Amino acid sequence: MEFTLRLRRYDPESGDPAYWEEHTVDLEPHRSVLEAILQAKALTDGSIGIRCSCRAAICGSCGVRVNGQPGLACHTHLDKAQRGAPDGVIEVEPMGNMPVIKDLIVDMDAVHWKKIRRVTPWLQPKLPVPEREYIVEHEAMVDVTQSMACIQCGACVSDCLSMEVDRDFIGPAALTKAYRFVGDPRDARTGERLKDLAEDPHGIYDCTHCFKCIDACPKGVAPMSQIMRLRRRAGSDFHIEDANNGERHERAFVSLVRRYGLLNEAELLPRSYGGDSTLAKFKPVAAKELASSLPAIAKALLRGKVTPTTALKPHKLAKRDLAAIERIYDEVEGRDERLELNLYISGRDEDLA
Amino acid sequence: MPAHDVLIIGAGLAGQRAALAAADAGATVAIMSKVHPVRSHSVAAAGGMNAAIAVDDDWTEHAYDTVKGSDYLGDQDAIEIMCSEAPNEVMHLEHIGVTFYRNATGELDLRAFGGASKKRTAYVADITGQAILHVLYEQLMRHHQTVDRYEEWFVTSLILDDEGECTGAVARDIRTGAMEVFDAKSVILASGGAGQCYKPTTNALICTADGIAQAYAVGAPLMDMEMVQYHPTTLAENGFLITEGARGEGAHLLNSEGRRFMEDYAPNKMELASRDVVSRAEQTEINEGRGVGADGQGIYLDITVVPKKRVLEALREIVNIGRDFAGTDITREPIMIRPGQHYIMGGVKTDVDGRTPITGLYAAGEVACVSVHGGNRLGANSLLDTLIFGRRSGEHAAQRAKDMALASAPASRLHQDVAQIDAIIARDRGGRRISAIKDELGTMMNSKVAVFREEQGLREAHEIILRLKEEAALAAIDDRGTVFNQDVLGAIELDYLLVCAETTVVAAIERKESRGAQFRTDYPERDDEQWLKHIDVTRGEDAGPQLSYSPVTITKWQPEVRKY
Repeated sequence: MEFTLRLRRYDPESGDPAYWEEHTVDLEPHRSVLEAILQAKALTDGSIGIRCSCRAAICGSCGVRVNGQPGLACHTHLDKAQRGAPDGVIEVEPMGNMPVIKDLIVDMDAVHWKKIRRVTPWLQPKLPVPEREYIVEHEAMVDVTQSMACIQCGACVSDCLSMEVDRDFIGPAALTKAYRFVGDPRDARTGERLKDLAEDPHGIYDCTHCFKCIDACPKGVAPMSQIMRLRRRAGSDFHIEDANNGERHERAFVSLVRRYGLLNEAELLPRSYGGDSTLAKFKPVAAKELASSLPAIAKALLRGKVTPTTALKPHKLAKRDLAAIERIYDEVEGRDERLELNLYISGRDEDLA
Repeated sequence: MPAHDVLIIGAGLAGQRAALAAADAGATVAIMSKVHPVRSHSVAAAGGMNAAIAVDDDWTEHAYDTVKGSDYLGDQDAIEIMCSEAPNEVMHLEHIGVTFYRNATGELDLRAFGGASKKRTAYVADITGQAILHVLYEQLMRHHQTVDRYEEWFVTSLILDDEGECTGAVARDIRTGAMEVFDAKSVILASGGAGQCYKPTTNALICTADGIAQAYAVGAPLMDMEMVQYHPTTLAENGFLITEGARGEGAHLLNSEGRRFMEDYAPNKMELASRDVVSRAEQTEINEGRGVGADGQGIYLDITVVPKKRVLEALREIVNIGRDFAGTDITREPIMIRPGQHYIMGGVKTDVDGRTPITGLYAAGEVACVSVHGGNRLGANSLLDTLIFGRRSGEHAAQRAKDMALASAPASRLHQDVAQIDAIIARDRGGRRISAIKDELGTMMNSKVAVFREEQGLREAHEIILRLKEEAALAAIDDRGTVFNQDVLGAIELDYLLVCAETTVVAAIERKESRGAQFRTDYPERDDEQWLKHIDVTRGEDAGPQLSYSPVTITKWQPEVRKY
């Protein structure tokens, strides 16, 4: 079956800007976009640049955008890619948030690996090191396997919205790497790591929950979930009240939803800066953050996100619905242990039958 | 010009382990790879790593299983070293952060694997290679002050001085096209295997025999090159690997009659016999008309007999591979597999410290042949091989550096390699395409130098390789640029593949018996009297392969009839 690809080409030596080039290939529909690119490279133009190696979504080399969506070229079927193309031509371009070196090849070292190096990416083991293995629970190792499953392809970095706004955001891949140590019971620096990542203005509270990284990840690592787990560890377990006001802001969200069933923007900031009570005393540590938020507050007023009416009379759900929400809170908070979603932990066998 | 005590070429498990060991021993180290280190093919190793760490296990049992698995061609002194050092190596990896799965009491869990008399395979789900590779890279980042990383550099040749000692390499920065001479007191080749000689193969596109051809070019002997492992469970359609861990967890192999045919071939070990035995059994079933699938060229691997929770927790990657690359939910239905090229037991001949007969040149991992695998490698012994002999090479090379001066190669060595690349770029457009030659080689090797071999097919294979070599010398490329010119590297890799394929074929013709992965239908028996010896291949004066023999080292275990 024939498929047409529209490849983004860029030759840094030519002095010309990037351009699109079409190639038609003949492959079965369940073959991958990578195989299509390799066929074009093999049969018509050997100068097409793409990193690739394993062809089986294990090595993480062939991160690209297909029809605007980040992922691995080897992990995207041609038929599916064609269905996702508005004009039936499969569009392949380099990943975002990283400089392009040539064609589909980006500079991962300048962005992705630099951020990985930021999180002290090695085990800082508890001492003394035992003679044999560290004795740890099986569940703990299975738990960090989801973050170990990351193949460093960069797809999550490519489309991270927070990183588009804040180039210094540590980002989904590196924070996932960080969780791999925070979740590892053999690491001795859990508290220090969490404090570091919470206090960094480009750290765990810089994520905006957009879910893009979860969609992008070809390995089910769910980077955003790992970031949220870092937050829960930092806030709930280590009680780190960061100077970015991230933890208090999150707590304010939670209590507002519990109270109104919806977010009440007018109350959100006062609560964030006031220790989660409407009239509570202002927290001096939050002053700096509040000052830096003034433009955002002004914008919220100007754009009508907050009006005097909504500020005084917030939305509130019906009593019955609020009771249902209360039951959700009771259920979640009533557990002995926090339930974390994890790819590698799937409940008991009988649940799955 | 970069200069280091130890230059390591290749950054998979063997290379990274060598780099860390050499740095720990006080050497200045450069590690160089044509891909980013975590893209190395070690990442695809799935099932685990063998070590006799269970209380009821002993390294001598592991060694015996390995000797038997090798069909008695493995050198027993080297096997003893590998197996006796295995438990400490696993503990070392655990201490630096590898997230090995645990048992109910929090100790390392062990899974069953082929050819093993006990459960002795430590593992991380079915991403063990990835987990270890990424942890070693964490350590490389940690040791950034003592280990210089040259990521995405392609070695074009090894440098020998006037005394014939290896003193470095010439390499090209793939990103800029710049060529440089790297001086070193010792060079460790750790550049992996040669699976791309075959099509299909489980091996990545980067496994192009680079180190084998580079060492051979400077006169290093290759050993056991005829021993090419076909893995019993590769996806029927495209050759992707389905880990042996699946059978280790209890999966069955079924023929078209729905029968566990392994009872006819290996009644004791069944699906967990040695890989050569299982692959041969499958191919026999297929050849005798009991294969499955539209063309009858497949066998069913039934993983549905493994509890689903266990599959999701410990075989997650093959769930993904089944879903994404075969459209099969392995938790609900059998998946179609067949034997496929997976590993080369042969490689650059080394001693137990990784030293090749060329002073200053070491080799470790799949590029090397110690030989611990002999005629057939056991599953989960390859990670072990890379780590044990990677470390030993690194340690030895660092010690060697302590009392010697660093030589400096003349600039003319650089010009030679620059000229070679320029000549490829300047070739006429008339020749065949690189990809066409490579495809012909791979398909041909997979039909004539596969599970079953015979003289005439092997001789035809040799003729074809000689023709392809001539065609490769004229093959044109499209890319004339310097930045990421993958085209010109592909032309060089094709030359490497053809060199490697030729040595494989001449050794396979030479060995007139059946042992391990070499099964000759014209010589179906093992012949210890004639062939309990290694075949060495060295580049001759006329550039053609020269054959010689070297003895197999036997310590404790005399050859016996091999039954599973």
